Amino acid sequence: MKKYFSTIIICLVLAVFFVAVQLGINSGFISGYWVTNLYLVGINIILAASLNLINGFTGEFSLGHAGFMAVGAYSSAIITANLGLPFPLAVIVGMLAAAITGLLVGLPTLRLRGDYLAIATLGFGEIVRVVLMNIDYVGGASGLMGIPAMVNWPLIFFSVVLSLLLIRNFICSSHGRACLSVRENDLAAQMMGVNITYYKVLAFVIGASLAGLAGVLYAHYYTVLQPREFSFMLTFDVLVMVMVGGLGSLTGSVVGAVLITIASAFLQAIPELRMVIYAALLILSAVFRPQGLLGEKEVSLKILQKLGGVLNGTVGSKQAH
Amino acid sequence: MALLAVNKLTKAFGGLVALNNFVLEMEKGELVGLIGPNGAGKTTVFNLLTGLYQPTSGSIVFEGRDLRGRHPHQITKMGIARTFQNIRLFGNLSVLDNVKIAHQVVINYGLIPAFLRVPPFYRREAEIENAALELLEIFDLKKYAHEKAKNLPYGEQRRLEITRALATKPKLLLLDEPAAGMNPQETHDLLELIKWIRDEFDLTIILIEHDMSLVMNLCERVLVLDYGSLIAEGTPQEIQQNPRVIEAYLGDEEVAAWEE
Amino acid sequence: MPDLLQQLLNGLSQGSIYALIAVGYTMIYGIIQLINFAHGDVIMVGAYVALGCALMGLGLIPSLAIAMLTCAILGVIIERVAYRRVRPVSRLAALTSAIGVSLFLEYTMMYFLGADIRTFPAGFFPERTYSLLGVTINNKDLLVLGTTLVLVIILQYIIYRTRTGKAMRAVSFDGQAAQLMGVNVNSTVAITFFIGSAMAAAAGLLYGIYFNTVQPLMGLMPGLKAFIAAVLGGIGSVPGAMLGGILLGMTESLVAGFGGSMYRDAVAFIILILVLLIRPTGLLGKGVQEKV
Repeated sequence: MKKYFSTIIICLVLAVFFVAVQLGINSGFISGYWVTNLYLVGINIILAASLNLINGFTGEFSLGHAGFMAVGAYSSAIITANLGLPFPLAVIVGMLAAAITGLLVGLPTLRLRGDYLAIATLGFGEIVRVVLMNIDYVGGASGLMGIPAMVNWPLIFFSVVLSLLLIRNFICSSHGRACLSVRENDLAAQMMGVNITYYKVLAFVIGASLAGLAGVLYAHYYTVLQPREFSFMLTFDVLVMVMVGGLGSLTGSVVGAVLITIASAFLQAIPELRMVIYAALLILSAVFRPQGLLGEKEVSLKILQKLGGVLNGTVGSKQAH
Repeated sequence: MALLAVNKLTKAFGGLVALNNFVLEMEKGELVGLIGPNGAGKTTVFNLLTGLYQPTSGSIVFEGRDLRGRHPHQITKMGIARTFQNIRLFGNLSVLDNVKIAHQVVINYGLIPAFLRVPPFYRREAEIENAALELLEIFDLKKYAHEKAKNLPYGEQRRLEITRALATKPKLLLLDEPAAGMNPQETHDLLELIKWIRDEFDLTIILIEHDMSLVMNLCERVLVLDYGSLIAEGTPQEIQQNPRVIEAYLGDEEVAAWEE
Repeated sequence: MPDLLQQLLNGLSQGSIYALIAVGYTMIYGIIQLINFAHGDVIMVGAYVALGCALMGLGLIPSLAIAMLTCAILGVIIERVAYRRVRPVSRLAALTSAIGVSLFLEYTMMYFLGADIRTFPAGFFPERTYSLLGVTINNKDLLVLGTTLVLVIILQYIIYRTRTGKAMRAVSFDGQAAQLMGVNVNSTVAITFFIGSAMAAAAGLLYGIYFNTVQPLMGLMPGLKAFIAAVLGGIGSVPGAMLGGILLGMTESLVAGFGGSMYRDAVAFIILILVLLIRPTGLLGKGVQEKV
């Protein structure tokens, strides 16, 4: 019973949240402006959590998220807009394309130290943009239009929940532990039989494919894609979310994505100042809280467990987790 | 057949020859000490045996299989484990996780069960956890199971390193200065521990150590390296009387330890 | 044939600018193993400072001197504020901080001066062209090549002939050992940032004149490419950075000149991947194996 308690609580909270938002949207209580931001929060949660898998849990340093998102967005848009094929296929193609791209970028660079990956992925993102601008089949610089609008609240909601669940399951498995050991001490990890290149690439590819999923959702919400939207600024925003939420904290990424997306909505009118503030935030958190503002803690799970403890009358006794 | 046969093993970094024509044959169950002044190439031997370095020339054959060209993680799977001179634990992970990660060489499951949490996941996870806890119990570390490894006292961290290495179920264990930084009492306990694990886990052990009392009391055979070359080999008594060895150590800090 | 020579000449000028930037990158990486992402933006600040001087009527040499000094101090401040504390704690945090500094400089500049492209006033560096064997030589090319040559000679002198240079080499070889030998590591690192950032400022001025462009994001691409040039030459090696910069500039110019102008920017990153695959230590770099 106790074992399943927090799971049940989480499911209940999520279900109530899901229904409440759906009713809010249906009744018009949540305005179109906030619906857009809500969907953006969802997309950003997927981006932040998947970048955290690479940067926070595996200890690599990728700056390629905008690129992988663009690959997912464009390849899925080709499926639906250009070829007229069904949307579920677009999701699969988008994620797969991003994953394969991730493999191609990751294999040569991940054998080396983390900072080479930073430059290589940054360059990769720029190349993706330049290439997209020069391919007429996907609209070139003027953009790809006529993508069917497929995104609604249930799709966003379940995409986010499933993505988080997949990442959580991965991290809390033997494979996730192997990734953590790579972050902690790659030399010792090798000596304990961990194939470090495999796990670096694996985490990188999973992260890339989820960024691809975020791209699919993005494309089929806005219905128009332009290469310049996938600039380094996008990756930078995600990086700020991860740092605010804490490197190596999944719930932290959720919190970071929510906070930064809302802050961005309010700071929309002053884009330059917004970047100055975020940049300062990034420097401050790196200097004073190198693990991110909220650190490594899994916020809500701990709170829920405590709550579970309270309701079960086991306050104070330290649960052997 | 010998468990380990190292023949004419040489490692050069550019012009610097760190190890020159190293030869070693080990039978199963042996406990061999590797000594020599700082920079003599002792750790290089370990790095070559575990695949961190590739030899410049020479061969390493373990259980009849050549180790050259194999990755470190593959060699670990074949049954060679080690500890480090400067402790290299997974500091921010729990003591239990440190051991679990090592034991995953022995028991693991695929990615699909990990993602979807289908039955093999729970069964194998339980197996990994039980085995890890059992090992921690044996080494009196169970009480720290959920502590971060970096928060352990120094001596316990050393013991955890050995525990973690054993979790990979090695046949050959390489201990790199396990007594470094220990007081005489702790060193004595360590001596008993090493003797005990050799019998209990059916191990063959190579020990690098500066603490001569430990080496002389523990090892059946001692090899002495100096400037990358093997200068002597024999029983502890023979080594203690070998003039070349004494010369190699003269002027070195170990002289004091030597005369104890 | 003249076409080819023309491309090579353009590549040489462009490559010299990369080289000047790459030298700073490689010095800083060599000494603290950090990719100073903000290095590219120091170029931008240098270009703006020089532009400001030019608008106030100062000549080329004084403008260059003021820009170099300003950026040198800026470099030292960046190291002190954003890197020193976090470097020993975590490499990834230091890298994150560097990205923060980079964007901070870019957007602070954009906030105060706008995103418009500015140019140097017409009289600041009057253009002249000469023709030789069918190749058009601009006096901009001569300015870039000459300045680079002078600065590099000064730099070589500092690194190999002075006490400061000796300390820098010692720290980059082994920081801890250098400290034990009485080298003040913190001030040596600061001096490295001082010199590297001054070089970047000079590159900024040259870039601004050569491409007739000064704007807040101008440092981003040259910065990245210069880092790749440093990797190509062998990170940590000053001659390597020079070689890498010039090779990269020439390759780009050839690719652009012979029909691939749209992939000009991709060339550098393809080179990076190739270097990492084939020779991760770069052309002139030495392999270092981690001590176990």
